[in-house]
Amino acid sequence: MGLNEAAIVGIGESACGKVPGQSALQLQTAAARAALEDAGLQWSDIDGLITTPVRVEAWNMPCGVVASHMGLRPAYLSTLDLAGASGAAMIHHAAMAISTGQCETVLCVAGQNLLTHQSRSSAVQVMAESGAAHSQFEVPYGPLVASNYALIAQRHMHEYGTTVEQMAEVAVTLRHHASLNPNAHMQKPLSIREVLDSPMITSPLKRFDCALVSDGAAAAIVTRMDRARDLKSTPIKLLGQGYGLSHSYVGDALQLPLSGAVDSGKKAFQMSGVRPEDIDVAQLYDCFTITVIIELEDLGFCKKGEGGAFVQGGRIGLKGALPVTTHGGLLSAVHPGLGGGFFHVIEAVRQLRGSAGERQVADAKLALVHGNGGSIAIHCTLILGV
Amino acid sequence: MSLVNPLRPLPIPNPLTEPYWQAALEGVLKMPHCLSCGQFHFYPRSLCPFCRSDALDWQAVSGLGEVYSYTVVHRAPSLGFKGMLPYTVGIISLDEGPHLMSRIVGVPPEEIFIGMRVNVDFESQNSEINLPVFVKSLQAPRVVTPKENA
Ligand SMILES: [Zn+2]
Repeated sequence: MGLNEAAIVGIGESACGKVPGQSALQLQTAAARAALEDAGLQWSDIDGLITTPVRVEAWNMPCGVVASHMGLRPAYLSTLDLAGASGAAMIHHAAMAISTGQCETVLCVAGQNLLTHQSRSSAVQVMAESGAAHSQFEVPYGPLVASNYALIAQRHMHEYGTTVEQMAEVAVTLRHHASLNPNAHMQKPLSIREVLDSPMITSPLKRFDCALVSDGAAAAIVTRMDRARDLKSTPIKLLGQGYGLSHSYVGDALQLPLSGAVDSGKKAFQMSGVRPEDIDVAQLYDCFTITVIIELEDLGFCKKGEGGAFVQGGRIGLKGALPVTTHGGLLSAVHPGLGGGFFHVIEAVRQLRGSAGERQVADAKLALVHGNGGSIAIHCTLILGV
Repeated sequence: MSLVNPLRPLPIPNPLTEPYWQAALEGVLKMPHCLSCGQFHFYPRSLCPFCRSDALDWQAVSGLGEVYSYTVVHRAPSLGFKGMLPYTVGIISLDEGPHLMSRIVGVPPEEIFIGMRVNVDFESQNSEINLPVFVKSLQAPRVVTPKENA
């Protein structure tokens, strides 16, 4: 039994954005309940659970805390931590657990109240000292998480002539996508000018080049294909996946603008037997605008150094050659920390089902989801299809 | 030397990193060095990342290098850095090969560029920690082989 014997059959989101009065477990439960309802399944059908750690509370064995909170006694459970790549990887791990007979129906769930649990400024501090920067050799110099990406962006601009206007184009496009997503945190359209005039955070990155801090959770149900066929929505298959690691910290990466997405993409395409030009919609991880540009290059959608030009002229918009991150992403839809990349998976499923409403990409049959963790260090690419 | 804000996070040396911080306290920049393949690396590791040898020692390096990338930070990650804003965080490519993160000091941000020659300096944080920082260098590039240091 291969991984293609499992399928995504249910998806759900909690309310996203600023959601006061909801703890991480409440948000995750809301997302899980929505995913079960979407699948037409019951709590008692779930016999596997995969989640990620949260930052707002100290949980020993997060999968155990989440399972117990939801009244589950799963036959298989796991806490996955590939930083921002966790969301994409959860789906692959669910398919592996099912295909090796550990369980039949896995709930993947992630998210937290990153915004309302603490002020934005303490969220920034928590993230800066959370291990993204080396505690001895980086944190004492005062980099933000955004500074790590600013160092990458500055080097990319130096090597390839990428411009701040090109980076702004990513923010503007994704905000437009979010404006068509009723559950997005930020829906007011943005202009290139507004991005360029927004406050400088850590040069060359400005406020709108950076991900939001939000509350929100997302969930998906993965089950055996023979079971999936009897459920109400079109089963979404995992056609291929790959992982890649290029370095650990930004400070010791010797070839900064090159990421582990080169390896994760190559493996995912090889396994699924498709090429970048076959992809109808790409849900790329977008913690910063430069991240999207680098992923487009390293996944093979354009040559190295041409990502800046690629994002211009509407190419990554809904009617463009490669619609990117169509729910609005971490930049405009929702960023609750580690689970943020899981919303990219949820959106890929919506697009493949043809249920993305006003932001539906015509004839979407093949979707790529990419998760990125650390400072463009750890990567997971999925290729999903109907 | 400015007064150091006690709220600023400081390194806590451990057995792997102690030689680095001990040397810094003496005003010397030392890097892990492989006795098998002769290459320097950073951050410290149990095995040489190039040849996997565990025959490693620490050697003083020239402290010379160039700016590989930089960012001017306008928003502090925590209270301890607020009084320093704006400041420049950079990645330095040492002449001996390794990269490291540091702060570029004594140069107006608008005068910093990728490729700018720098050399190490030390900022005392307290009696136990000297933090290596980099200043604009007037010296020409010089390649130091490990033997010269031995
Ligand atoms: Zn070696």
